[in-house]
This record gives sequence, C-alpha cells and structure tokens, in this order.
Amino acid sequence: MQMHSLAFDVSHTLAGGLVLISFMMLYQDRLYSLLNVFAFHAVVLALSVAWQAFVQQAPHLYITAAIALVFKAIVIPVALHRIVKQLGIHRDIESAVGIGPTMLAGMALVALSMVLMLRVTAEADPLAREDLAFALSVVLLGLLVMVTRRNAVSQVVGFMSLENGLVLAATGAKGMPLVVEISVAFSILIAFIVIGIFLFRIRERFDSVDVSALDDYRGEHR
Amino acid sequence: MSAASFNPVAGVLLIPIGSAALLAALPGYRLTARLNVVASFATFLAALSLFVLERPQPGPYVLVDDLNIVFIVLNTFVGFTTSIFSAGYIAHELETGRLTPLYLRFYHAMYQTMMFGMNLAFVSNNIGLMWVAVEIATLTTVLMVGIYRTHAALEAAWKYFILGSVGIAFALFGTILVYMAARPIVGEGQDGMVWTLLIRHAAAFDPELLNVAFIFLFLGYGTKVGLAPLHAWLPDAHAEGPTPISAVLSGLLLNVALYALLRFKILLVANPSAIAPGPLMVTMGLVSLIFAAFMLYRRRDIKRLFAYSSIEHMGIIVFAFGMGGPLANFAGLLHMVMHSLTKSAIFYAVGHISQIKGTQRINRIRGLTVTHPVLGWGFVAGVVAIAGLPPLGIFMSEFLVVSSTFARQPLLAIALVFGLLLAFGALTLRLTSVAFGQPRGSTASADASYVPLFAHLALVLCAGIYLPAPLVVWFQHVARLLG
Repeated sequence: MQMHSLAFDVSHTLAGGLVLISFMMLYQDRLYSLLNVFAFHAVVLALSVAWQAFVQQAPHLYITAAIALVFKAIVIPVALHRIVKQLGIHRDIESAVGIGPTMLAGMALVALSMVLMLRVTAEADPLAREDLAFALSVVLLGLLVMVTRRNAVSQVVGFMSLENGLVLAATGAKGMPLVVEISVAFSILIAFIVIGIFLFRIRERFDSVDVSALDDYRGEHR
Repeated sequence: MSAASFNPVAGVLLIPIGSAALLAALPGYRLTARLNVVASFATFLAALSLFVLERPQPGPYVLVDDLNIVFIVLNTFVGFTTSIFSAGYIAHELETGRLTPLYLRFYHAMYQTMMFGMNLAFVSNNIGLMWVAVEIATLTTVLMVGIYRTHAALEAAWKYFILGSVGIAFALFGTILVYMAARPIVGEGQDGMVWTLLIRHAAAFDPELLNVAFIFLFLGYGTKVGLAPLHAWLPDAHAEGPTPISAVLSGLLLNVALYALLRFKILLVANPSAIAPGPLMVTMGLVSLIFAAFMLYRRRDIKRLFAYSSIEHMGIIVFAFGMGGPLANFAGLLHMVMHSLTKSAIFYAVGHISQIKGTQRINRIRGLTVTHPVLGWGFVAGVVAIAGLPPLGIFMSEFLVVSSTFARQPLLAIALVFGLLLAFGALTLRLTSVAFGQPRGSTASADASYVPLFAHLALVLCAGIYLPAPLVVWFQHVARLLG
C-alpha cells in the first residue's frame, strides 16, 4: 500500500512537471532558451517513462525512456542549436500572439483537458486517469506553441513537445503493446529527418526559416 | 512458387517495399520507370489473387475481410495505372529539367514506399499498426510534394507536414484512448489493439471513453481526409507536387484515411451506449461539401480546382456514411470507388495539359478539344463524370445518396442537393473555358499514354450503365457490415 502511494505520487509529480515545463515553453522569447527548455522537457519525460517502467515492471519501457533521453534531450536540441547558429536566427522569436493571451489560453486548455479526461475516465484506475489528463494537457500546450509561433524551428519544438505528451499517454496506459512505443520514437526520428531536410532546403531557397516569408509565394494570391 | 504457398498479403506488402529498396539503388530513367510499372502491376496481381486464393485467417496484425479487399484491389489498381502515367510524365519532367536523375531515383523509391504504407494500412488488423502505416504514407507524400523545391512546393510541403502531423498526433491519442477503453474487457497487452477482438467486445467498453476517443480519431483522420475546416493542406499539396502524386493523393490517400475512420465508426456503432457517430459525420460532410463548392468558383489554378473538388466529394462520402443504413452506406462505398477512379483519371489528363501548356493557370488554357482532340475530350469526359452527370458512375452513387436522404431527412437532402448543384455549376463553367473556344497557349503535341485515362473512364462508364450483380451483392453485404 505504501509502495502504491509512492508510485502514484512520483508519477503524478513527474507528469505534472511536464505540464509546467510546457507552460515554460510558452513564454520563451529566445530560440536557444526554448531549445533548453525543450531538452529539460525531454529529460523529465525520460524520468517519467523510466518510473512507469519500474512501477509497471515493464522493462521494454526503459527503451522508450532511453530514446527520450538520448534522442530528444540531447541529439535533437544539439542539432537544432547548430541549425539556429548557422542560420543566424538566434536573436528572437517572432511570436504571432502576445505572451499574456498565450498563457491564458494555455490555462484554459489545461482546465479543459482536466475536466474532459477526469470526467470520462471515472472508471479507470487513478494513476492512468491523471496521467491521461496531464498527457492531454501537454499535447494541447504543444499545439499552442505551434500555432503561436511563426518561426519554423519553434514550430518543430512545439511539435516535439506534443509528441512527448503522446509518449506520456502511451506509457501511462498499462500494458500498451510495444509496437506503439517504438512507432512513436521511430516517427519522431523520421519526422526529424524530414524537418532537417526541409530546414536546409528552406535555408537554401529563402535565407530564412520564417514560415511567414513563405506565405508570399502562394499561387493563389498573385 | 506454387499457388498454395503463395501468400497474397505478403505479396501486397513485400513487392512494394522490396522494389522501393531496389529503385533507390538503381540509376537510369528507362530502367527504373519500367521497374516501377512492373512492380506496381505485380502488386496489383497479388491483390487480385486475394479473390481467388483462400484468405488468411485474421491474426494479430493482418486482416483481410470483405470491407478492405475492395480497397486493396482498388488501391493497387490505381497505383498501377498511375505508375504508367507517371512514366510518361516523369520523362517530360526530366527533359525540361524540373527533376534531376538523383531526385528521380528518390521519387520512384518514395512512390513504392507510399504504396507499401497504404496497403499496410488497409490490411492491418491492429489499430496501432494502422496508425503507423498511415503515418508512413503521409511522410512519404510530404517528401514527394516538396520534390520540386520551388517556393510554393516547399510551402505546400511544410503546411502539409505540420497539419498532417497534428492530425496524426490526434489520431494516436484517440488510438491510445481506444486501448484504454478496451483494456478492462479485452485484457492487457497485444489483444487490446486487435480490431477483430475489439469489435467482438465493443458493446462492453466504457462508452464515455469511447466517445472521446472517437472525437480525437475523427479530428485526426478527418484532417487527412481533408474535411473542412481541417483541409488547409490539401489544395496546396495537390497543386505543387508532381501530378502523379496529386492523382494518388486524391484517389488513394484520402480513401486510406477514410477507411481508418470507417473502422472506428463500426467500433462505435457496436457499442449501444456510445454517441452515434452519424450526426457528427453528416455535419462535417455537409460543411465540407458546401464550403468546397463555393471555393470552386474562385480557383484560377487547374490542379487546385480539382483538389477542392476532392474535398467536395469526400464531404459527400462522409455525409453518406454518417447517414448510415444499408442504402446510404452502399452509395458511400460506391462513391469512394468511383471518385478515386474518376479523380485520378482527371489528374492524368490535367498532368498532360499542364505539361503541354507549361502552366496550371486556367485562363491560359483554352480550346483544348480543338488543338488536342483526344486529350481534350478525355478531359471533358472526366469532368462530366466528376460533376455527376448521367450515365457515369458518380451520377449513380450521388443519386443514391440523395434519394436515400430524401426518404429520411428531406431538409438535409435539400442542403445536399444545393451543394451538388453549386459544384456542378462551377465545374461546367471552368470546363467550357478550358475545353472549348479559341485555342490559347502552346499547341505542341503530347507524347502521352492515354491508356490509364481511358481505362479509368471506361470503368466509370461501365459502373454507371451496368453494375454486375455479384458486385452489387458484395457492396450490399459490406454496407450491412458498416451498420
């Protein structure tokens, strides 16, 4: 009984921590600091997944944790750092919406996901319930980062934090088949390759990774 | 290889993925374009053999049943005809220097990988695997859309990538929720994701969890179907990529996403206390139809025009499945098949037209039937078919949707007919300016293969005049499965 409550508390803390870090992403106005916060996000995710692996006695989840740690917390942020440096866009983020409204929207989204998930999962065990509610919050906050930023690199970061929320949900669902964890990690790998290619192409063609610069080239508005 | 040991499902999956690896390694246009056609044809044969040979038993990963067999065969058939069209199209692109040999290699490998992804999505019995397959197909098409590396192509690919990823993320969240709903009843682990087991126990699932799961799945896969207001990626992706890709996007990839949605719809219908998915689908379908019909009037780019027409038709199909019942489901299935045949045929014609004229702008293309009679009249036939005129197949399926709706919900039927007429008007307007009148633009002859175009049109015409009885029985059976 003692063990169970400890298990619950720790995973609760870690999942809640992820939501908080997602909030921190919302108000970063420098690309480098955004990348650092994302790396921190991935570290907390890795801890959370590892804790789930321990609690559920599901050793295959350690692989997911390791992928989150090595790939998302180290490899991708470092690579993105280099891209940002090469492109010389480290100064600031052009955000489409101000920080105040963004934070308010973020709170509303978290409230929404709490109300929604806690209500519909009344039957499920409390651990999975809260996990799912937090995971949905992280997903929605990631989406918010994507829509409030105009810059391609920060949109990518938003997308990856969204995927972190999905990993949190998948690991919280006890006994979920391995195929999903691998696929999530794998899709991120592919996604990153895709993004890498795109960034370099965009760099090549536009000397800018500001997506709003692309809007001018729509075929329809000429 | 003897017939007994030949596994058609393995053929449908392994031929594309094997040839993708081969095509990535081989140089030269002539060889690879032919190999692409041969591989697609072999895949089509393997799919056909599903009809003849005994079907594999539903396992934890693979399922072949009456619903997906139609789509597998359709998918591989259009994949095959598109590969023929693609061979001619790509030769022209190489001549004009829009594609380099290296990108050509990449293009063929991606084409086969995409076919693999779509076939895998159709045969998978595991909702997690299905998600992975849709994701593969999406990522490969993103790369193909951006292949010309122009400003517009990159913007289209980026937009497609971002919106597609958000959609696919929602779909995964929905998939996880379905697993959560299934876990207390089906049990932990592998079984909780096997569709055939899920459907057997669906009645006992927690309905509220299932409802939320369906909302996420609907938003997620609905983005990929191109339902308004989640459609923003679709016109750009169609207009800026190579035309063979536009043909498979419209004809096949939208069907894949819709098929995934149908699987989950069946699951929801099997649970009596869950919300009825019908009203949601009817609303989104109708909104897409009417929105796209209005948008058709403002299009100046010929590929964008038909991309919006795809949104319109997806709206009709989702509407039909949302209405439910044997007749509307029958119409929806028929419309899916007819739309993919017709729309890919139109894109074959549009591909040649835009190559001859060197532009995709509608006002620079005129009098096609005068300068290029075969191509021009083929195009006319395609547009007449897609606009829903008798005696072609789309008329029949649209007629069935409308008449079955009139019998049950006359008000909805009026809205539906309004949308159909609106779209019809827009298409006729554009058709007359492109096909008839004083010729404008280049009159160079097209060295094109018209076989795929007219093969598709012939099939659509056949279906409109006479649908063989066994096929009708088959469709009716599947329509009942859909509930």
